[in-house]
Amino acid sequence: MLRVESVSKIFGRVAAVDRLSCEVRSGELVGIIGPNGSGKTTLVNLISGFIKPTSGRILYNGQDITHTAPHKIVGMGISRTFQMVRPFYQLPAYKNMIIPLYSPRVRELAGGRYGDRNAVALDLLEEVGFERDANVAYKPAGTLPQGYLKRLELAKAIALSPQLLILDELFSGMSLAEVASVVPVIEKLRMAGKTIIMIEHRLKELFRIADRIMVLNYGRKIADGAAAEVMESDEVKKAYLGSEE
Amino acid sequence: MKKRRERIDRGIKARSEDVYALASWREMLYLAGPRLLPAAAFLLLPLFLGAYWQKVMISVAVFALLAISWDMLAQTGMISLGQALFFGMGAYVSGILNVYFGMPPWITIPIATVSGGLLCTLILRPVLRLRGIYFSMVTLIIPLMLVRIIEATKIFGGTEGLSGMTPLPSTLVEIYLVTGVLLGVLFGLRRLMETDYGLVLKGIRDNDRSVTNAGINIYWFKTQALFIASTIGAFAGAFMTHVYMFVGMPVFALDYSILPMAAAVVGGGGTFAGATLGAVILVPMSEALRGIGGLRIVMYGLFLVVFTVAVPEGLFDYIQRKYHQMERWVEIDQ
Repeated sequence: MLRVESVSKIFGRVAAVDRLSCEVRSGELVGIIGPNGSGKTTLVNLISGFIKPTSGRILYNGQDITHTAPHKIVGMGISRTFQMVRPFYQLPAYKNMIIPLYSPRVRELAGGRYGDRNAVALDLLEEVGFERDANVAYKPAGTLPQGYLKRLELAKAIALSPQLLILDELFSGMSLAEVASVVPVIEKLRMAGKTIIMIEHRLKELFRIADRIMVLNYGRKIADGAAAEVMESDEVKKAYLGSEE
Repeated sequence: MKKRRERIDRGIKARSEDVYALASWREMLYLAGPRLLPAAAFLLLPLFLGAYWQKVMISVAVFALLAISWDMLAQTGMISLGQALFFGMGAYVSGILNVYFGMPPWITIPIATVSGGLLCTLILRPVLRLRGIYFSMVTLIIPLMLVRIIEATKIFGGTEGLSGMTPLPSTLVEIYLVTGVLLGVLFGLRRLMETDYGLVLKGIRDNDRSVTNAGINIYWFKTQALFIASTIGAFAGAFMTHVYMFVGMPVFALDYSILPMAAAVVGGGGTFAGATLGAVILVPMSEALRGIGGLRIVMYGLFLVVFTVAVPEGLFDYIQRKYHQMERWVEIDQ
Protein backbone atom coordinates (compact mmCIF):
# COMPACT_ATOMS: atom_id res chain seq x y z
CA MET A 1 0.00 0.00 0.00
CA LEU A 2 2.78 2.40 0.96
CA ARG A 3 6.27 2.05 -0.43
CA VAL A 4 9.18 4.22 0.55
CA GLU A 5 12.04 3.76 -1.91
CA SER A 6 15.50 4.83 -0.81
CA VAL A 7 14.33 8.18 0.54
CA SER A 8 16.81 10.69 1.97
CA LYS A 9 16.22 14.03 3.58
CA ILE A 10 19.24 16.16 4.26
CA PHE A 11 18.98 19.23 6.50
CA GLY A 12 22.14 21.24 6.00
CA ARG A 13 24.81 18.59 6.52
CA VAL A 14 22.76 16.18 8.57
CA ALA A 15 20.86 13.35 6.93
CA ALA A 16 17.68 13.18 9.01
CA VAL A 17 16.51 10.27 6.89
CA ASP A 18 19.21 8.33 5.06
CA ARG A 19 18.38 6.13 2.04
CA LEU A 20 15.47 4.58 3.87
CA SER A 21 13.28 1.99 2.21
CA CYS A 22 10.28 0.31 3.70
CA GLU A 23 6.89 -1.04 2.82
CA VAL A 24 3.56 -1.10 4.59
CA ARG A 25 0.97 -3.59 3.43
CA SER A 26 -2.73 -2.94 3.42
CA GLY A 27 -4.40 -3.66 6.76
CA GLU A 28 -1.16 -3.79 8.71
CA LEU A 29 -0.39 -2.01 11.95
CA VAL A 30 3.27 -1.06 11.83
CA GLY A 31 5.07 0.47 14.78
CA ILE A 32 8.08 2.68 14.20
CA ILE A 33 10.43 3.15 17.13
CA GLY A 34 13.87 4.58 17.62
CA PRO A 35 15.83 6.91 19.89
CA ASN A 36 15.23 10.67 19.82
CA GLY A 37 16.42 12.29 16.63
CA SER A 38 16.42 9.03 14.69
CA GLY A 39 14.24 10.49 11.94
CA LYS A 40 10.82 9.12 12.84
CA THR A 41 8.91 12.37 12.64
CA THR A 42 10.85 13.42 9.54
CA LEU A 43 9.69 10.19 7.91
CA VAL A 44 6.08 11.03 8.79
CA ASN A 45 6.54 14.54 7.40
CA LEU A 46 7.93 13.06 4.19
CA ILE A 47 5.07 10.61 3.74
CA SER A 48 2.43 13.25 4.45
CA GLY A 49 4.13 15.65 2.06
CA PHE A 50 4.91 18.45 4.51
CA ILE A 51 8.55 18.22 3.52
CA LYS A 52 9.98 16.97 0.25
CA PRO A 53 12.77 14.39 0.14
CA THR A 54 16.23 15.24 -1.13
CA SER A 55 16.15 11.99 -3.10
CA GLY A 56 14.09 8.83 -3.43
CA ARG A 57 10.44 8.10 -4.14
CA ILE A 58 7.30 7.51 -2.12
CA LEU A 59 4.54 5.42 -3.67
CA TYR A 60 1.00 5.13 -2.35
CA ASN A 61 -1.19 2.48 -3.96
CA GLY A 62 1.29 2.42 -6.83
CA GLN A 63 1.03 6.18 -7.35
CA ASP A 64 4.05 8.43 -6.95
CA ILE A 65 3.23 10.97 -4.23
CA THR A 66 6.78 12.22 -3.69
CA HIS A 67 5.97 15.70 -4.96
CA THR A 68 2.25 15.86 -4.26
CA ALA A 69 1.00 18.78 -2.14
CA PRO A 70 0.14 17.77 1.43
CA HIS A 71 -3.55 18.64 1.18
CA LYS A 72 -3.84 16.44 -1.90
CA ILE A 73 -2.17 13.56 -0.08
CA VAL A 74 -4.85 13.88 2.60
CA GLY A 75 -7.42 13.82 -0.18
CA MET A 76 -5.96 10.51 -1.38
CA GLY A 77 -6.59 8.95 2.00
CA ILE A 78 -3.49 9.42 4.13
CA SER A 79 -4.01 11.35 7.32
CA ARG A 80 -1.70 11.92 10.22
CA THR A 81 -1.63 13.36 13.70
CA PHE A 82 0.97 15.75 15.01
CA GLN A 83 3.24 14.94 17.90
CA MET A 84 2.96 18.50 19.19
CA VAL A 85 -0.74 19.26 19.40
CA ARG A 86 -1.65 22.86 18.69
CA PRO A 87 -5.44 23.08 18.72
CA PHE A 88 -7.42 26.29 18.39
CA TYR A 89 -7.29 27.08 22.06
CA GLN A 90 -10.20 29.52 22.38
CA LEU A 91 -12.59 27.31 20.44
CA PRO A 92 -14.60 24.57 22.10
CA ALA A 93 -13.15 21.12 21.42
CA TYR A 94 -15.94 20.13 19.03
CA LYS A 95 -15.46 23.30 16.98
CA ASN A 96 -11.88 22.13 16.40
CA MET A 97 -13.39 19.26 14.44
CA ILE A 98 -15.15 21.55 11.98
CA ILE A 99 -12.05 22.24 9.89
CA PRO A 100 -11.31 18.59 9.00
CA LEU A 101 -15.03 18.06 8.45
CA TYR A 102 -14.93 20.98 5.99
CA SER A 103 -12.37 19.09 3.92
CA PRO A 104 -13.21 18.36 0.26
CA ARG A 105 -12.52 14.67 0.96
CA VAL A 106 -15.21 14.49 3.62
CA ARG A 107 -17.69 16.25 1.38
CA GLU A 108 -16.89 13.90 -1.49
CA LEU A 109 -17.28 10.77 0.61
CA ALA A 110 -20.56 12.04 2.00
CA GLY A 111 -21.86 12.49 -1.53
CA GLY A 112 -21.74 16.22 -2.04
CA ARG A 113 -23.76 17.81 0.73
CA TYR A 114 -22.79 17.59 4.32
CA GLY A 115 -25.37 17.96 7.05
CA ASP A 116 -24.75 19.32 10.51
CA ARG A 117 -20.99 19.31 11.09
CA ASN A 118 -21.46 20.02 14.78
CA ALA A 119 -23.40 16.80 15.30
CA VAL A 120 -20.85 14.72 13.40
CA ALA A 121 -18.07 16.37 15.41
CA LEU A 122 -19.70 15.43 18.70
CA ASP A 123 -20.19 11.82 17.56
CA LEU A 124 -16.55 11.47 16.53
CA LEU A 125 -15.35 12.94 19.80
CA GLU A 126 -17.51 10.54 21.76
CA GLU A 127 -15.88 7.69 19.86
CA VAL A 128 -12.41 8.67 21.08
CA GLY A 129 -13.59 9.04 24.65
CA PHE A 130 -15.02 12.52 25.17
CA GLU A 131 -17.78 11.60 27.58
CA ARG A 132 -20.92 13.18 26.23
CA ASP A 133 -22.65 13.80 29.54
CA ALA A 134 -19.56 15.46 31.03
CA ASN A 135 -19.66 18.22 28.39
CA VAL A 136 -15.90 18.03 27.81
CA ALA A 137 -16.48 18.55 24.12
CA TYR A 138 -17.93 22.01 24.78
CA LYS A 139 -15.00 23.27 26.82
CA PRO A 140 -12.42 25.48 25.14
CA ALA A 141 -9.58 23.31 23.84
CA GLY A 142 -7.12 25.45 25.80
CA THR A 143 -8.57 24.25 29.10
CA LEU A 144 -8.33 20.52 28.32
CA PRO A 145 -5.61 18.26 29.69
CA GLN A 146 -3.02 16.77 27.34
CA GLY A 147 -4.74 13.39 27.18
CA TYR A 148 -7.89 14.94 25.75
CA LEU A 149 -5.94 17.07 23.30
CA LYS A 150 -4.19 13.97 21.98
CA ARG A 151 -7.52 12.25 21.52
CA LEU A 152 -8.91 15.37 19.83
CA GLU A 153 -5.96 15.10 17.44
CA LEU A 154 -6.87 11.46 16.78
CA ALA A 155 -10.52 12.36 16.18
CA LYS A 156 -9.47 15.05 13.69
CA ALA A 157 -7.50 12.46 11.73
CA ILE A 158 -10.32 9.90 11.85
CA ALA A 159 -12.79 12.55 10.65
CA LEU A 160 -11.03 12.44 7.27
CA SER A 161 -11.87 8.72 6.81
CA PRO A 162 -8.29 7.81 5.91
CA GLN A 163 -7.16 4.52 4.40
CA LEU A 164 -3.72 5.00 5.93
CA LEU A 165 -3.54 6.59 9.36
CA ILE A 166 -0.21 7.77 10.75
CA LEU A 167 -0.14 8.43 14.49
CA ASP A 168 2.90 10.38 15.63
CA GLU A 169 3.46 9.66 19.33
CA LEU A 170 -0.22 9.54 20.11
CA PHE A 171 0.31 7.93 23.51
CA SER A 172 2.85 10.38 24.89
CA GLY A 173 1.25 12.63 27.48
CA MET A 174 -1.58 10.18 28.06
CA SER A 175 -2.22 8.39 31.32
CA LEU A 176 -2.36 4.60 31.42
CA ALA A 177 -6.13 4.75 31.67
CA GLU A 178 -6.33 7.05 28.68
CA VAL A 179 -4.12 4.76 26.62
CA ALA A 180 -6.32 1.85 27.63
CA SER A 181 -9.35 3.75 26.41
CA VAL A 182 -7.77 4.61 23.07
CA VAL A 183 -6.46 1.13 22.23
CA PRO A 184 -9.97 -0.19 21.46
CA VAL A 185 -10.50 2.77 19.13
CA ILE A 186 -7.36 1.80 17.21
CA GLU A 187 -8.41 -1.83 17.17
CA LYS A 188 -11.78 -0.87 15.79
CA LEU A 189 -10.08 1.06 12.99
CA ARG A 190 -8.09 -2.06 12.11
CA MET A 191 -11.27 -4.12 12.01
CA ALA A 192 -12.57 -1.59 9.52
CA GLY A 193 -9.54 -2.45 7.36
CA LYS A 194 -7.49 0.69 7.92
CA THR A 195 -3.73 0.59 7.64
CA ILE A 196 -2.00 2.22 10.57
CA ILE A 197 1.53 3.43 11.23
CA MET A 198 2.33 4.32 14.82
CA ILE A 199 5.40 6.19 15.98
CA GLU A 200 5.74 5.44 19.68
CA HIS A 201 7.99 5.69 22.68
CA ARG A 202 5.58 3.73 24.85
CA LEU A 203 6.92 0.37 23.70
CA LYS A 204 4.91 -1.90 25.98
CA GLU A 205 1.58 -0.58 24.78
CA LEU A 206 2.77 -0.52 21.17
CA PHE A 207 4.07 -4.11 21.13
CA ARG A 208 0.70 -5.33 22.32
CA ILE A 209 -1.10 -4.08 19.22
CA ALA A 210 1.50 -3.85 16.45
CA ASP A 211 1.92 -6.54 13.77
CA ARG A 212 5.40 -5.45 12.94
CA ILE A 213 8.02 -3.11 14.35
CA MET A 214 10.54 -1.04 12.45
CA VAL A 215 13.48 0.48 14.29
CA LEU A 216 15.18 3.64 13.06
CA ASN A 217 18.51 5.05 14.12
CA TYR A 218 20.35 7.98 12.54
CA GLY A 219 17.79 8.04 9.76
CA ARG A 220 18.32 4.43 8.77
CA LYS A 221 16.28 1.32 9.31
CA ILE A 222 18.22 -1.00 11.59
CA ALA A 223 15.60 -3.65 12.22
CA ASP A 224 12.24 -4.77 10.88
CA GLY A 225 10.12 -7.65 12.10
CA ALA A 226 8.03 -8.99 14.95
CA ALA A 227 8.38 -7.12 18.23
CA ALA A 228 10.17 -9.89 20.14
CA GLU A 229 12.81 -10.60 17.52
CA VAL A 230 13.46 -6.92 16.83
CA MET A 231 14.24 -6.26 20.46
CA GLU A 232 16.70 -9.14 20.49
CA SER A 233 18.77 -7.59 17.72
CA ASP A 234 22.19 -6.38 18.86
CA GLU A 235 22.02 -3.24 16.81
CA VAL A 236 18.72 -2.23 18.42
CA LYS A 237 20.08 -2.82 21.87
CA LYS A 238 23.09 -0.73 21.00
CA ALA A 239 20.91 2.09 19.67
CA TYR A 240 18.83 2.19 22.80
CA LEU A 241 21.42 1.49 25.45
CA GLY A 242 24.52 2.90 23.78
CA SER A 243 27.57 0.86 22.86
CA GLU A 244 30.63 0.27 24.92
CA GLU A 245 33.47 1.28 22.72
CA MET B 1 -14.92 47.42 56.34
CA LYS B 2 -13.12 46.74 53.09
CA LYS B 3 -14.84 46.63 49.82
CA ARG B 4 -13.98 45.03 46.56
CA ARG B 5 -15.44 45.31 43.14
CA GLU B 6 -17.34 42.30 41.93
CA ARG B 7 -17.98 41.67 38.28
CA ILE B 8 -20.96 39.66 37.16
CA ASP B 9 -21.75 38.57 33.64
CA ARG B 10 -25.01 40.13 32.71
CA GLY B 11 -26.22 37.23 30.66
CA ILE B 12 -29.49 36.38 29.21
CA LYS B 13 -30.73 33.28 30.98
CA ALA B 14 -29.69 30.83 28.34
CA ARG B 15 -26.92 32.32 26.29
CA SER B 16 -24.40 30.26 24.44
CA GLU B 17 -22.36 30.86 21.33
CA ASP B 18 -25.20 31.01 18.86
CA VAL B 19 -28.38 30.19 20.73
CA TYR B 20 -30.41 32.86 22.41
CA ALA B 21 -33.54 32.29 24.42
CA LEU B 22 -35.33 35.58 24.40
CA ALA B 23 -37.90 36.15 27.09
CA SER B 24 -38.72 39.82 26.93
CA TRP B 25 -38.50 43.02 24.94
CA ARG B 26 -35.82 44.15 27.31
CA GLU B 27 -33.61 41.21 26.42
CA MET B 28 -34.23 41.75 22.75
CA LEU B 29 -33.23 45.38 23.10
CA TYR B 30 -30.18 44.33 25.08
CA LEU B 31 -29.06 42.24 22.12
CA ALA B 32 -30.26 44.40 19.26
CA GLY B 33 -29.30 47.75 20.75
CA PRO B 34 -25.58 47.61 20.09
CA ARG B 35 -26.31 46.56 16.52
CA LEU B 36 -29.10 49.02 15.79
CA LEU B 37 -27.45 52.03 17.39
CA PRO B 38 -24.48 52.40 15.01
CA ALA B 39 -26.67 51.53 12.03
CA ALA B 40 -29.17 54.23 13.02
CA ALA B 41 -26.37 56.70 13.66
CA PHE B 42 -24.87 56.14 10.21
CA LEU B 43 -28.25 56.49 8.54
CA LEU B 44 -29.63 59.48 10.47
CA LEU B 45 -26.56 61.62 11.14
CA PRO B 46 -26.07 62.82 7.54
CA LEU B 47 -29.42 64.61 7.72
CA PHE B 48 -28.22 66.84 10.58
CA LEU B 49 -24.61 67.43 9.60
CA GLY B 50 -23.26 70.47 7.79
CA ALA B 51 -21.59 70.17 4.39
CA TYR B 52 -18.09 69.97 5.88
CA TRP B 53 -18.89 67.20 8.36
CA GLN B 54 -20.81 65.34 5.69
CA LYS B 55 -17.55 65.11 3.77
CA VAL B 56 -15.81 63.95 6.93
CA MET B 57 -18.42 61.27 7.30
CA ILE B 58 -17.75 60.01 3.78
CA SER B 59 -14.11 59.87 4.69
CA VAL B 60 -14.95 57.93 7.87
CA ALA B 61 -16.91 55.36 5.89
CA VAL B 62 -14.19 54.98 3.28
CA PHE B 63 -11.48 54.46 5.89
CA ALA B 64 -13.78 52.11 7.80
CA LEU B 65 -14.12 50.00 4.64
CA LEU B 66 -10.35 49.93 4.21
CA ALA B 67 -9.91 49.02 7.87
CA ILE B 68 -12.47 46.21 7.52
CA SER B 69 -10.61 45.01 4.45
CA TRP B 70 -7.39 45.02 6.50
CA ASP B 71 -9.11 43.10 9.30
CA MET B 72 -10.41 40.51 6.83
CA LEU B 73 -6.85 39.78 5.71
CA ALA B 74 -5.54 39.84 9.27
CA GLN B 75 -8.16 37.30 10.34
CA THR B 76 -6.90 34.97 7.63
CA GLY B 77 -3.32 35.44 8.78
CA MET B 78 -2.17 38.02 6.25
CA ILE B 79 -0.86 41.30 7.64
CA SER B 80 -1.14 43.86 4.88
CA LEU B 81 0.75 47.14 4.85
CA GLY B 82 -0.66 48.06 1.48
CA GLN B 83 -4.36 48.80 1.59
CA ALA B 84 -3.50 51.63 -0.81
CA LEU B 85 -3.06 49.00 -3.53
CA PHE B 86 -6.73 48.00 -3.31
CA PHE B 87 -7.89 51.60 -2.98
CA GLY B 88 -5.74 52.85 -5.83
CA MET B 89 -6.60 50.00 -8.14
CA GLY B 90 -10.34 50.58 -7.73
CA ALA B 91 -9.85 54.31 -8.12
CA TYR B 92 -7.84 54.04 -11.35
CA VAL B 93 -10.11 51.45 -12.95
CA SER B 94 -13.25 53.50 -12.39
CA GLY B 95 -11.47 56.69 -13.41
CA ILE B 96 -10.24 55.15 -16.65
CA LEU B 97 -13.63 53.67 -17.48
CA ASN B 98 -15.29 57.02 -16.87
CA VAL B 99 -12.81 59.33 -18.61
CA TYR B 100 -11.71 57.17 -21.55
CA PHE B 101 -14.89 55.20 -22.18
CA GLY B 102 -17.49 57.63 -20.85
CA MET B 103 -19.24 55.11 -18.66
CA PRO B 104 -21.52 56.53 -15.95
CA PRO B 105 -20.69 56.01 -12.24
CA TRP B 106 -23.36 53.36 -11.68
CA ILE B 107 -21.49 51.18 -14.18
CA THR B 108 -17.90 52.16 -13.41
CA ILE B 109 -18.17 51.66 -9.65
CA PRO B 110 -19.44 48.04 -9.79
CA ILE B 111 -17.02 47.09 -12.58
CA ALA B 112 -14.07 48.77 -10.85
CA THR B 113 -15.01 47.08 -7.57
CA VAL B 114 -14.93 43.57 -9.01
CA SER B 115 -12.15 43.95 -11.57
CA GLY B 116 -10.04 46.02 -9.17
CA GLY B 117 -10.40 43.27 -6.60
CA LEU B 118 -9.54 40.67 -9.22
CA LEU B 119 -6.45 42.57 -10.36
CA CYS B 120 -5.17 42.97 -6.79
CA THR B 121 -5.76 39.28 -6.13
CA LEU B 122 -3.81 38.35 -9.27
CA ILE B 123 -0.97 40.69 -8.32
CA LEU B 124 -0.68 39.38 -4.77
CA ARG B 125 -1.45 35.74 -5.56
CA PRO B 126 2.22 34.77 -6.11
CA VAL B 127 3.24 36.13 -2.70
CA LEU B 128 0.49 34.32 -0.76
CA ARG B 129 3.00 31.61 0.00
CA LEU B 130 5.13 34.10 1.89
CA ARG B 131 4.49 34.15 5.58
CA GLY B 132 4.42 36.90 8.17
CA ILE B 133 6.64 39.90 7.61
CA TYR B 134 7.60 38.90 4.06
CA PHE B 135 4.03 39.13 2.87
CA SER B 136 3.69 42.52 4.63
CA MET B 137 6.82 43.87 2.98
CA VAL B 138 5.63 42.97 -0.50
CA THR B 139 2.22 44.55 0.08
CA LEU B 140 3.94 47.72 1.27
CA ILE B 141 6.18 47.94 -1.79
CA ILE B 142 3.71 47.22 -4.60
CA PRO B 143 1.61 50.44 -4.36
CA LEU B 144 4.79 52.51 -4.07
CA MET B 145 6.10 50.77 -7.16
CA LEU B 146 2.90 51.43 -9.11
CA VAL B 147 3.21 55.16 -8.36
CA ARG B 148 6.69 55.23 -9.88
CA ILE B 149 5.54 53.23 -12.89
CA ILE B 150 2.77 55.75 -13.55
CA GLU B 151 5.22 58.60 -13.08
CA ALA B 152 7.84 57.13 -15.40
CA THR B 153 5.59 55.88 -18.19
CA LYS B 154 3.16 58.83 -18.02
CA ILE B 155 0.23 56.47 -18.55
CA PHE B 156 -3.26 57.45 -17.36
CA GLY B 157 -2.37 61.11 -17.09
CA GLY B 158 1.01 60.50 -15.46
CA THR B 159 1.75 62.90 -12.61
CA GLU B 160 -1.26 65.04 -13.51
CA GLY B 161 -3.71 62.18 -13.04
CA LEU B 162 -7.13 62.09 -14.60
CA SER B 163 -9.78 64.63 -13.73
CA GLY B 164 -13.28 65.64 -14.67
CA MET B 165 -15.05 62.44 -13.64
CA THR B 166 -18.80 62.45 -13.56
CA PRO B 167 -19.82 63.36 -9.99
CA LEU B 168 -22.50 61.49 -8.10
CA PRO B 169 -25.87 63.31 -8.05
CA SER B 170 -25.59 64.79 -4.55
CA THR B 171 -23.70 64.58 -1.30
CA LEU B 172 -26.57 62.69 0.32
CA VAL B 173 -26.43 60.07 -2.44
CA GLU B 174 -22.71 59.78 -1.85
CA ILE B 175 -23.15 59.34 1.90
CA TYR B 176 -25.96 56.82 1.68
CA LEU B 177 -24.20 54.80 -1.00
CA VAL B 178 -21.01 54.47 1.02
CA THR B 179 -22.61 53.99 4.45
CA GLY B 180 -25.06 51.48 2.98
CA VAL B 181 -22.18 49.46 1.58
CA LEU B 182 -20.28 49.86 4.85
CA LEU B 183 -23.15 48.51 6.96
CA GLY B 184 -23.74 45.66 4.52
CA VAL B 185 -20.07 44.69 4.50
CA LEU B 186 -19.76 45.07 8.28
CA PHE B 187 -22.70 42.87 9.22
CA GLY B 188 -22.21 40.52 6.27
CA LEU B 189 -18.58 39.77 7.06
CA ARG B 190 -19.30 39.42 10.78
CA ARG B 191 -21.80 36.74 9.89
CA LEU B 192 -19.48 35.12 7.34
CA MET B 193 -16.70 34.71 9.88
CA GLU B 194 -19.08 32.91 12.24
CA THR B 195 -19.83 30.22 9.66
CA ASP B 196 -17.78 27.05 9.16
CA TYR B 197 -16.15 28.77 6.20
CA GLY B 198 -15.02 31.61 8.45
CA LEU B 199 -13.71 29.08 10.93
CA VAL B 200 -11.46 27.62 8.24
CA LEU B 201 -10.13 31.10 7.42
CA LYS B 202 -9.37 31.82 11.07
CA GLY B 203 -7.83 28.36 11.34
CA ILE B 204 -5.32 29.32 8.65
CA ARG B 205 -4.25 32.28 10.79
CA ASP B 206 -3.85 30.23 13.97
CA ASN B 207 -2.25 27.09 12.59
CA ASP B 208 -1.97 26.70 8.84
CA ARG B 209 -0.29 23.28 9.04
CA SER B 210 -3.26 21.92 10.89
CA VAL B 211 -5.63 23.21 8.20
CA THR B 212 -3.44 21.73 5.44
CA ASN B 213 -3.45 18.50 7.37
CA ALA B 214 -7.24 18.53 7.15
CA GLY B 215 -6.89 18.19 3.38
CA ILE B 216 -7.74 21.83 2.74
CA ASN B 217 -5.79 23.87 0.21
CA ILE B 218 -4.91 26.92 2.30
CA TYR B 219 -3.67 28.93 -0.69
CA TRP B 220 -7.05 28.65 -2.37
CA PHE B 221 -8.82 29.85 0.79
CA LYS B 222 -6.28 32.64 1.26
CA THR B 223 -6.91 33.68 -2.34
CA GLN B 224 -10.64 33.86 -1.64
CA ALA B 225 -10.10 35.96 1.49
CA LEU B 226 -7.75 38.20 -0.47
CA PHE B 227 -10.38 38.65 -3.16
CA ILE B 228 -13.05 39.59 -0.59
CA ALA B 229 -10.71 42.06 1.09
CA SER B 230 -9.39 43.65 -2.10
CA THR B 231 -12.90 43.99 -3.54
CA ILE B 232 -13.94 45.98 -0.47
CA GLY B 233 -10.88 48.20 -0.80
CA ALA B 234 -11.42 48.62 -4.54
CA PHE B 235 -14.99 49.75 -3.93
CA ALA B 236 -13.74 52.46 -1.58
CA GLY B 237 -11.33 53.66 -4.26
CA ALA B 238 -13.82 53.50 -7.12
CA PHE B 239 -16.33 55.46 -5.04
CA MET B 240 -13.84 58.14 -3.99
CA THR B 241 -12.82 58.74 -7.61
CA HIS B 242 -16.32 59.99 -8.33
CA VAL B 243 -16.46 62.02 -5.11
CA TYR B 244 -13.16 63.80 -5.76
CA MET B 245 -13.77 63.80 -9.52
CA PHE B 246 -10.07 63.09 -9.77
CA VAL B 247 -7.73 60.15 -9.74
CA GLY B 248 -3.98 60.39 -9.60
CA MET B 249 -0.85 59.14 -7.91
CA PRO B 250 -1.98 60.14 -4.37
CA VAL B 251 -4.46 57.20 -4.37
CA PHE B 252 -1.49 54.89 -3.87
CA ALA B 253 -0.17 57.05 -1.00
CA LEU B 254 0.92 55.59 2.29
CA ASP B 255 -2.00 57.27 4.12
CA TYR B 256 -4.41 54.75 2.66
CA SER B 257 -2.25 51.92 3.99
CA ILE B 258 -1.40 53.22 7.44
CA LEU B 259 -4.59 54.91 8.66
CA PRO B 260 -6.81 51.82 8.09
CA MET B 261 -4.34 49.66 9.95
CA ALA B 262 -4.19 52.19 12.80
CA ALA B 263 -8.00 52.22 12.91
CA ALA B 264 -8.12 48.43 13.15
CA VAL B 265 -5.51 48.44 15.90
CA VAL B 266 -7.21 51.16 17.98
CA GLY B 267 -10.64 49.59 17.60
CA GLY B 268 -9.38 46.04 17.89
CA GLY B 269 -8.98 43.44 15.19
CA GLY B 270 -10.99 40.31 14.64
CA THR B 271 -14.45 41.79 14.86
CA PHE B 272 -14.77 44.24 11.92
CA ALA B 273 -16.79 46.38 14.34
CA GLY B 274 -13.53 47.34 16.02
CA ALA B 275 -12.06 48.45 12.70
CA THR B 276 -15.17 50.54 12.01
CA LEU B 277 -15.08 52.08 15.48
CA GLY B 278 -11.41 52.90 15.00
CA ALA B 279 -12.17 54.77 11.78
CA VAL B 280 -15.05 56.61 13.49
CA ILE B 281 -12.60 57.84 16.13
CA LEU B 282 -9.44 58.45 14.11
CA VAL B 283 -10.74 60.13 10.97
CA PRO B 284 -12.73 62.96 12.63
CA MET B 285 -9.90 63.42 15.11
CA SER B 286 -7.43 63.78 12.31
CA GLU B 287 -9.79 66.37 10.75
CA ALA B 288 -10.23 68.26 14.02
CA LEU B 289 -6.48 68.38 14.53
CA ARG B 290 -5.89 69.83 11.08
CA GLY B 291 -5.71 73.31 12.68
CA ILE B 292 -2.57 72.64 14.67
CA GLY B 293 -0.51 71.85 11.61
CA GLY B 294 2.55 69.67 12.02
CA LEU B 295 1.76 68.94 15.65
CA ARG B 296 -1.15 66.88 14.33
CA ILE B 297 1.18 64.01 13.60
CA VAL B 298 2.56 64.20 17.14
CA MET B 299 -0.91 64.12 18.69
CA TYR B 300 -1.81 61.34 16.38
CA GLY B 301 1.22 59.28 17.34
CA LEU B 302 0.64 59.89 21.05
CA PHE B 303 -2.95 58.80 20.70
CA LEU B 304 -1.91 55.55 19.02
CA VAL B 305 0.70 54.78 21.66
CA VAL B 306 -1.73 55.50 24.51
CA PHE B 307 -4.34 53.24 22.99
CA THR B 308 -2.10 50.32 22.19
CA VAL B 309 -0.65 50.41 25.69
CA ALA B 310 -3.83 51.11 27.66
CA VAL B 311 -6.32 49.01 25.70
CA PRO B 312 -4.25 46.41 23.88
CA GLU B 313 -7.29 44.23 23.22
CA GLY B 314 -8.80 47.10 21.21
CA LEU B 315 -11.52 49.52 22.14
CA PHE B 316 -14.37 47.45 20.77
CA ASP B 317 -13.55 44.32 22.72
CA TYR B 318 -13.19 46.44 25.84
CA ILE B 319 -16.59 48.07 25.40
CA GLN B 320 -18.19 44.74 24.52
CA ARG B 321 -16.81 43.13 27.65
CA LYS B 322 -18.03 45.98 29.82
CA TYR B 323 -21.45 45.89 28.18
CA HIS B 324 -21.91 42.27 29.17
CA GLN B 325 -20.75 42.84 32.72
CA MET B 326 -22.21 44.50 35.76
CA GLU B 327 -20.01 45.82 38.48
CA ARG B 328 -20.91 46.37 42.07
CA TRP B 329 -19.09 46.98 45.30
CA VAL B 330 -19.38 44.17 47.82
CA GLU B 331 -18.16 44.17 51.38
CA ILE B 332 -15.59 41.64 52.37
CA ASP B 333 -14.73 40.44 55.82
CA GLN B 334 -11.46 41.25 57.57
